[in-house]
Amino acid sequence: MNTRPHAGVEKLPTHVGGLDYIFEGGLPRGRTTLVSGTAGSSKTVFACQFLAAGVGVGEHGVFVTFEETPEDIRRNMAAFGWDIARWEQEGRWRFVDASPQPEAPAELAGEFDLGAMMARIEHAVQTVGAERVAVDSLGAVFAQMPDTATIRHELFGMVTRLKGLGVTAVLTAERASDDGPLSRYDIEEFITDNVLVIRNAMEGEKRRRTMEVLKFRGASHRKGEYPFSVLPGQGIVLIPLFQEEGLRGTSTSVRLSSGNDVLDDMCGGGFFRDSIVLASGATGTGKTLLTAHYAQAGAAADERVLLFAFEESREQLLRNAGGWGIGFRDLEERGLLRMVCEYPDAAGLEDHLIRMRDLIERYRPRRVAIDGLSALERLATPRAFREFVFGITAYIKQQEINALFTATTPTLIGGGSVTEAHISSITDTVILLRYVEMGGEMRRGLMVLKMRGSPHDRRIRDFTIDGSGLHIGAPFRNIAGILAGAPRHVAEDELTRLDELFSEGR
Amino acid sequence: MSGPIRLTLFVAGRSLRSERAIRNLRALCDTDLDGLSTVHIVDVLERPQEAEDRRIVATPTLVRDAPPPQLRVIGDLSDRERVLRGLGLSAAGA
Repeated sequence: MNTRPHAGVEKLPTHVGGLDYIFEGGLPRGRTTLVSGTAGSSKTVFACQFLAAGVGVGEHGVFVTFEETPEDIRRNMAAFGWDIARWEQEGRWRFVDASPQPEAPAELAGEFDLGAMMARIEHAVQTVGAERVAVDSLGAVFAQMPDTATIRHELFGMVTRLKGLGVTAVLTAERASDDGPLSRYDIEEFITDNVLVIRNAMEGEKRRRTMEVLKFRGASHRKGEYPFSVLPGQGIVLIPLFQEEGLRGTSTSVRLSSGNDVLDDMCGGGFFRDSIVLASGATGTGKTLLTAHYAQAGAAADERVLLFAFEESREQLLRNAGGWGIGFRDLEERGLLRMVCEYPDAAGLEDHLIRMRDLIERYRPRRVAIDGLSALERLATPRAFREFVFGITAYIKQQEINALFTATTPTLIGGGSVTEAHISSITDTVILLRYVEMGGEMRRGLMVLKMRGSPHDRRIRDFTIDGSGLHIGAPFRNIAGILAGAPRHVAEDELTRLDELFSEGR
Repeated sequence: MSGPIRLTLFVAGRSLRSERAIRNLRALCDTDLDGLSTVHIVDVLERPQEAEDRRIVATPTLVRDAPPPQLRVIGDLSDRERVLRGLGLSAAGA
């Protein structure tokens, strides 16, 4: 991790859950950053993780607590896998305990300062050789002592002293609401150089946690709110969106098979290796079958396939694939396929994204299939879902993996899905599967709607499903309006006339 | 009030505020405690660990160590009434 000097301000890589991405390298080194957030916005987790991540890279820390007792913090943070008590024994972590004491509050009889606290912080910093200091939380100092003017003056002095100690510090402050002042007691008036805002807002019925750098004085940072999650065993983890460098176009001309020869031909010779393919259709049109063929083709080419299924259980998937003559279990045993079947509601959208990313990182597949992407839609607001799709797409593209997503349309006949609307612009290839009613009979139609960077078959073809899989047949010749869900018969001579019109136009 | 009174005064360095607190405490011991108290003064800049162990945040802080319960008074002790009240010695009995 490099530290990026910018206009004289060096950065300290925090190593906190991917946040250095939005910090553009880290927090301003040797400075103090105010972390503002409402109650329950994970300020304390952030403060602890800042130190814990430091311990991980050999940088020791001092935690000054005005609110929770060290005992509570040790216990609460154990869930994230941070063994604070051990670090204390090893001299890597030290508490300065300024939490409220159970006895009667002290009587105030004259002028005072926070000299004792400063002496304790300095002593602790020197004892463990700390490079990082976390103070949690400033508002609680005011609650402990009644003289607001003095406290503000003293905290200002504390920031100056911290700077003198050469440590990189985070100071948390509670704000009353996500859109009000940054803190109670106007703390931000004296710690204004670097401000980080943590939000924990309700959107619809879902909580959405985000982090935003309001400012780094004299240093660069990314702008805007970035969603994050708080996970057991990990703590704060930024949801990887990679918005800026995410969407590179298809950069390879290497093709791979979709698992269906006719579909490969329709796509001009198969899918591009690092492209994203979306297959959209009503329930029962054959999306899972398409996925199964895709996985089988990958395995046949010795390419590891990671399959996420959000609409079917593992047993269902094995049974269905078996019904089409595709042995998923065998592929798994040969190490060419990994199936991850999850109930969408089992986790929040952010957690799904992080888990999927982790699995991709560990399994290193050449193909990723997400069957039932649209099942995740209901987990979050449209905006959060779009971010999710954006995040997973950008991530997959960076890994130069081919991906097939399937989405279910809400209506049986025609129609588009919300997923389609969200992601068709960031996918390279879009395949539509549709029911087609013809002469009192329900048929199925398939078309390649879009194929970035390649000529492709623009016709809608008839296809059937049987015990050996999916078979694409001839184009529907004399039917119009299939995509709109209202097929109508078109006279043969009119079609011939239209064809001639276009061929003349060329 | 029964038994000896043990007091500890925490100050940060030899500042004017520290001096004032020490002076005020001496006067108080002479007039109100009638020499029945022992006073221990700790400079937190010299002995920060003691401040840590006793969890002192503000300076000056006067702690009544004995008799129990422990009581604390914060400030330069210039407000005599409040000091007495804080030490549990005011006429009202606090």
